[in-house]
Amino acid sequence: MSSRPELLAPPEIFYDESEARKYTSSSRIVEIQARLSERALELLALPDDGVPRFLLDIGCGSGLSGETLSENGHQWIGLDISASMLNVAVEREVEGDLLLGDMGQGLGLRAGVIDGAISISAVQWLCNADKSSHEPRLRLKAFFGSLYRCLSRGARAVFQVYPENIAQRELILRQALQAGFGGGLVVDYPHSTKKRKEFLVLTCGSVPTSINEGYKESCSEDDDSEDEENGMVGVSDRNRPRKKQRTNKKGKGREWVLRKKEQSRRKGNDVPHDSKYTARKRKSRF
Amino acid sequence: MRLIVHNMMSCNIKGVVNNFPLRIEAEKVIEKEVDFNPDFLRHMFAKIEWKALVDGARSLGYTELPDHAPDTAALESDESFLRQFHHALLELHLEEGSLVCPETGRKFSVNKGIPNMLLHEDEV
Repeated sequence: MSSRPELLAPPEIFYDESEARKYTSSSRIVEIQARLSERALELLALPDDGVPRFLLDIGCGSGLSGETLSENGHQWIGLDISASMLNVAVEREVEGDLLLGDMGQGLGLRAGVIDGAISISAVQWLCNADKSSHEPRLRLKAFFGSLYRCLSRGARAVFQVYPENIAQRELILRQALQAGFGGGLVVDYPHSTKKRKEFLVLTCGSVPTSINEGYKESCSEDDDSEDEENGMVGVSDRNRPRKKQRTNKKGKGREWVLRKKEQSRRKGNDVPHDSKYTARKRKSRF
Repeated sequence: MRLIVHNMMSCNIKGVVNNFPLRIEAEKVIEKEVDFNPDFLRHMFAKIEWKALVDGARSLGYTELPDHAPDTAALESDESFLRQFHHALLELHLEEGSLVCPETGRKFSVNKGIPNMLLHEDEV
């Protein structure tokens, strides 16, 4: 797995002048990128009425994916953290607008203005902590939160991602769902390890549907009369004995601590690993 | 950077409330022709903050936009207005200059048409 660029250096350093040029001059990468962005655009499921949309390309790099958007007639903004990649994009005279920015700092865009977002092989970079101030969970949270705000209702976001392992995939998906997105994972060529491509398809708010009507008046009157007949709510339950906590001199015990830690881990918190010292009592001199 | 993007961008510094619109300090402005598409303009019109667009266009030296946004009926019929709107929104490019946060006065420089929106660590 040493071929993963995520493990070599942070994106703004890895994609330097030479790497940016190499990336864009490789016909294989260009072709793959074009195919991926074609597929992402398909998954965006924009309404088929011929009106160009205003899209966001996150991690646009040298604008390879944006080119596909332009070919389909859409206007787009591209965001990337590597200045060298953006310079190559300027030289190639891409049609979209370019922004130099870090998606982990949140997107500085107004609410509800973007019709859709795509991102090709970029979001997994957020799972790395390249500086001491970086905390992947918080960066993903800032990213998805700000993305949710700037998308218009009913819009979709499609991310092609290369998660390193199952934990990364879960982390990304969980943060997306916590930000309010609906949706899930679409896997192309699931049987092949090389061709396998994962797309995270997120929907932002549902298209408004009819809401259940409130109870009719006649019903509520019936309810009232029944309540009056019943009179008061029974009070016998009020002094229900509290559930006894199983604590003894030694504290709550190792199993309890392990269970709580597992619970916290599932929520995505940073939890120290379990060892033989876990839940051991301190010596009396403390 | 075109005004359509400027109209969408807000300052992303933590704790800033009054973050829109970013003030434009233009040093070099260029124009690039773009295909005229009235459907797209009508689609975007509802999302545009009109005052910010007019102010932005003025600071790029384009003063022909009306002060107040016309109603949607004008969008259907008024071709000359649509042309002005199209020109301001899509054809004016801020090539060199800077964007200034209205609250903190933080400058984001614009080089070769690319605004540098990277924040320092203490601003996140």
